[in-house]
Amino acid sequence: MDYSQFLNMSDELSLLAVVVILFMADLFCCGSENSTKPSKALSLIAVPLLLVQTVYMLVNMPADCVTAFGDMYLSAPMMTVVKAVLNIGTVIVFLMANVWMNREENQVKQGEFYLLTLFTLLGMYFMISSGHFLMFFIGLELASIPMTALVAFTKKNQESAEAAAKYILTALFSSGLLLYGISLLYGTCGTLYFNDMAAVMDASNWVQLAALVLFISGIGFKISLVPFHLWTADTYEGAPTTVTGYLSVISKGAAAFVMFVILTKVFEPMVENWNLLLFWIIIVSITVANIFAVRQNNIKRFMAFSAISQAGYLVLGAMGGTAQGMTAMVYYLFVYMVANLGVFAIINIVEQRSGKLNISDYDGFYATNPKLSFIMTLCLFSLAGIPPFAGFFSKFFIFMAGFKAGFPWLVFIALVNTVISLYYYLLIVKAMYIKKSDTPIARFSSDGYTQIGLALCAIGVVFAGILSQIYQYFDSFSFGLMP
Amino acid sequence: MNFTYTIFILLLPFFSFLILGLAGKWLSHRTAGIFGTLVLGVVTVLSYFTAFEYFTADRVDGVFQTLVPYNFVWLPFFDGGLHFDLGIMLDPITVMMLIVISTVSLMVHIYSFGYMHGERGFQRYYAYLSLFTMSMLGLVMATNIFQMYMFWELVGVCSYLLIGFYYTQAPAVAASKKAFIVTRFADLGFLIGILFYGYYTGSFSFDFTNTAVYLNGAMPGVGADFSKAIAGAGFILPTALFLMFVGGAGKSAMFPLHIWLPDAMEGPTPVSALIHAATMVVAGVFQVARMFPLWIQYAPETLHIVAWIGAFTAFYAAAVACAQSDIKRVLAFSTISQIAFMMVALGVCLPEGGYTDNHASLGYMASMYHLFTHAMFKATLFLCAGCIIHAVHSNEMEFMGGMRKYMPITHITFLIACLAISGIPPFSGFFSKDEILVAAFHYSSAMGWIMTGIAAMTAFYMFRLYYGIFWGTENVEYHEHHTPHESPAVMTIPLILLTVITVTVGWILPGSFGSFVSATGEAYHIHLDWSVAGTSIVIAVIAIALATYIYSGVRQPIAEKMKATFPALHKWAYHRFYLDEVYQFVTHRIVFGIFSRSFAWFDRHVVDGFFNFLAWGTNAASYSIRTLQSGRVQQYAFVFLLGVLVLILMLII
Repeated sequence: MDYSQFLNMSDELSLLAVVVILFMADLFCCGSENSTKPSKALSLIAVPLLLVQTVYMLVNMPADCVTAFGDMYLSAPMMTVVKAVLNIGTVIVFLMANVWMNREENQVKQGEFYLLTLFTLLGMYFMISSGHFLMFFIGLELASIPMTALVAFTKKNQESAEAAAKYILTALFSSGLLLYGISLLYGTCGTLYFNDMAAVMDASNWVQLAALVLFISGIGFKISLVPFHLWTADTYEGAPTTVTGYLSVISKGAAAFVMFVILTKVFEPMVENWNLLLFWIIIVSITVANIFAVRQNNIKRFMAFSAISQAGYLVLGAMGGTAQGMTAMVYYLFVYMVANLGVFAIINIVEQRSGKLNISDYDGFYATNPKLSFIMTLCLFSLAGIPPFAGFFSKFFIFMAGFKAGFPWLVFIALVNTVISLYYYLLIVKAMYIKKSDTPIARFSSDGYTQIGLALCAIGVVFAGILSQIYQYFDSFSFGLMP
Repeated sequence: MNFTYTIFILLLPFFSFLILGLAGKWLSHRTAGIFGTLVLGVVTVLSYFTAFEYFTADRVDGVFQTLVPYNFVWLPFFDGGLHFDLGIMLDPITVMMLIVISTVSLMVHIYSFGYMHGERGFQRYYAYLSLFTMSMLGLVMATNIFQMYMFWELVGVCSYLLIGFYYTQAPAVAASKKAFIVTRFADLGFLIGILFYGYYTGSFSFDFTNTAVYLNGAMPGVGADFSKAIAGAGFILPTALFLMFVGGAGKSAMFPLHIWLPDAMEGPTPVSALIHAATMVVAGVFQVARMFPLWIQYAPETLHIVAWIGAFTAFYAAAVACAQSDIKRVLAFSTISQIAFMMVALGVCLPEGGYTDNHASLGYMASMYHLFTHAMFKATLFLCAGCIIHAVHSNEMEFMGGMRKYMPITHITFLIACLAISGIPPFSGFFSKDEILVAAFHYSSAMGWIMTGIAAMTAFYMFRLYYGIFWGTENVEYHEHHTPHESPAVMTIPLILLTVITVTVGWILPGSFGSFVSATGEAYHIHLDWSVAGTSIVIAVIAIALATYIYSGVRQPIAEKMKATFPALHKWAYHRFYLDEVYQFVTHRIVFGIFSRSFAWFDRHVVDGFFNFLAWGTNAASYSIRTLQSGRVQQYAFVFLLGVLVLILMLII
């Protein structure tokens, strides 16, 4: 066996190294039982380590496609870029988690949080770079199971436990369906290697079509597309806010990208079929989520429906499987990530400082916390796609890709839905700026970590659109179904 | 030589704007003014250095190369198709404009130090000036029509902000709105023209023949593909260019879109000098010159329409200028008339031998030459007017008269600028106007004589203004109250500097302007055609003599008599032929009354109705399907499975 092929997995190995270092640090720096004041070393080293690893991946990026273990593992430059994007999101999550981690009851569990999060990230890495359905499945589960533990992180809290239960049950159910689909594929193809499967796929074989549906529904659960989304609101509401933020962006983004890759690689002969499926799934997702979002009062539930709707736009990039669609999707993911994490960082700090989670609690927020209100408004505008914020550009590119792939009606319906989404995003802005409240959230100052995180998000929201280099950077790596 | 430092010509004024705009509150007037002026001084030095480097570089095939130090794709559309670029392009007219803009802007910065002394919002004023300078420089350095459009709108915004600088006064607010709405309305034509052009040629680039030299590994733009456009029966390009010209006509105040410029005089006078005389208002001329290779090759007939529009505007504005009593309005109409001269010069170019013939396209060079000289002497005139207004606290000529005693420097500089604009040698205006007249005669003798006649009118109304201010009937009573005095040095020095340029630029470099800027890029040696030049001098002298005869005396019986003999004509000219009233009628009665009301109804009932319906429908739907989100996991799994089954059925059936 040629051990040097391990080096092709440098992305995963470097992340594993980060995990191991953090694990050691947790063990030796923070583990003394007598100490009542656990050190803050973990949060201090987690962020820089992850940043170093991100830079390492980008610098060390393979110029071309690399494989390991007989095509079990496949990686391409674009995949490394996506991993780096996920890393940036994770960094922001870590930054905003700090204030929560430093609470009395969580201090001893700090190490768990960082390790579990990084393990899910590792699972996503493997999922992204898989070249075989088993590999893909292992990655998926590695991403899902620690995620459940994260959702149940405040296990004394009943809501958190309930959210985790709902999450794991639905996840099991979807995994079952996914495995069933994979077994159907194995039965009809005789292989599970992505590279070999496209040749034996046949759009007239209904067993394989059923497998396609099962695959999309299994991964659709991760992306929380309608009708596989019902767990989302309950889980988002019950999970700790930072975990909700992580769940709404990182795990969703990784799954959407993997779906794109597998659809174009494995199910390439069935492009007509999955276009049809996605067409309806996107329409239903965006519309239903918007309809539900309007009525929410709990802001985390509200963001859950917003996330479902945004997932619809994200998947729109996969239509037709074009290279332009891939760029648009990754760019959308990036822009959505900074805006959404910005919102969650504010929700988190407000929850930590005041314990309030309802939209009506935000009445008069501007009067007491103008800076946070302003950043929140920027992020919400970006989510709604108002120029000149990055969200406008990302929606623009997604619509352009959809239009070019030949789905003008889909783009039109998505456009109408952006108007609806504007309505409910503005509800929050209205609450903050216009509505008056007798008991507004008191004035508070946020901690340094949150401030850095918010600054990153604000910079991303303002500049990621105007600086076209970012889009072009993504574009230079993209690949698609059609040349 | 790579011109990468040219990026600072744009960045420096922008930073100055940011600092003065954001931190201005904490700066003293003095610091803010000195900071803004110093930054602009550096920009001016850079511009001159760029010009020196550019014009001393070697020509390639007898032509100055078009250089692109920066260019990057900002917003790509389809692969290999249209894209919006941002970048910097240098060619002779860009470099010439750099000099004009930075020189006049620097003078105005210095001058404003005295003129705006002690005004509220001094820092804001300098911040706007910096923003304007940045935008105008960006406009001329754009690599493509879309970038130009962006900066075009930016200068429009700055113009709006600066006209409305005294925003507590109702006329200033009204004037700024009027300027913005009229030019914005015209810009709609520009935008449609750009879209037309981009759609049919597949490019926004100014690089029409793929000859630009890209420095610094800048991304090459996709050259325009005219085959499609020409396939459109030769209709597309002329239409697109004419629509762009509509935008240019709005900015450059061509009839009938000129109505905003006289009102724009409500802004501070140095602003009028910078924006509404020297730089922004010539943007339309610059735009036509920028697209000139296309005009001359694909749309010469349309270009001649532009010439006739220009000729009419020149005449109309000159006629109105003869009857105005507000000195800034006289100068405003004179500006309209002179810009129209430049338009005429571009319009009379002939497509003989393609655009490779410098003689046939003499007008191009003449237009740019006149743009250059006009910027200098018109800025002088406006700054002089500023000094006078500063001294007597009024714009009306009735408060002036006999001012030569009180303000010697202003008097002399104003006189020299008047001689220049009247076309008297050896001042610069003579040379450039002479080239325009030669080009006009080359096109047709009718056009030539019309323009010569308007040149005479120019001389007449300028000297009417001159005598009205400095000689004529002195308002002794008023001056006793308020003895006028000469302005401080910080205001007179810019006047003197600009006058020096006005005096020298014509005869020091008699033939050389054409060797820098010409239609083909090859050197063109200007030689005076004495039959044309002689006629124009004679006519101008006669006009000046006439003005002297009528207006120089303390009593002006002839002027009174003329007013009495032709009351209607005077009244009409004084009221600018009632064009504003026509606009009022059209906008208020027809547009607002008929169209807007029905649109408003449509908007309120149909458009809003649709969105209200969306909102109502969303609410209703969310109410009716709320049970779906029950919180029971069993049901979730059931819906999940149902979804899978429906999707499978959808594919199989």
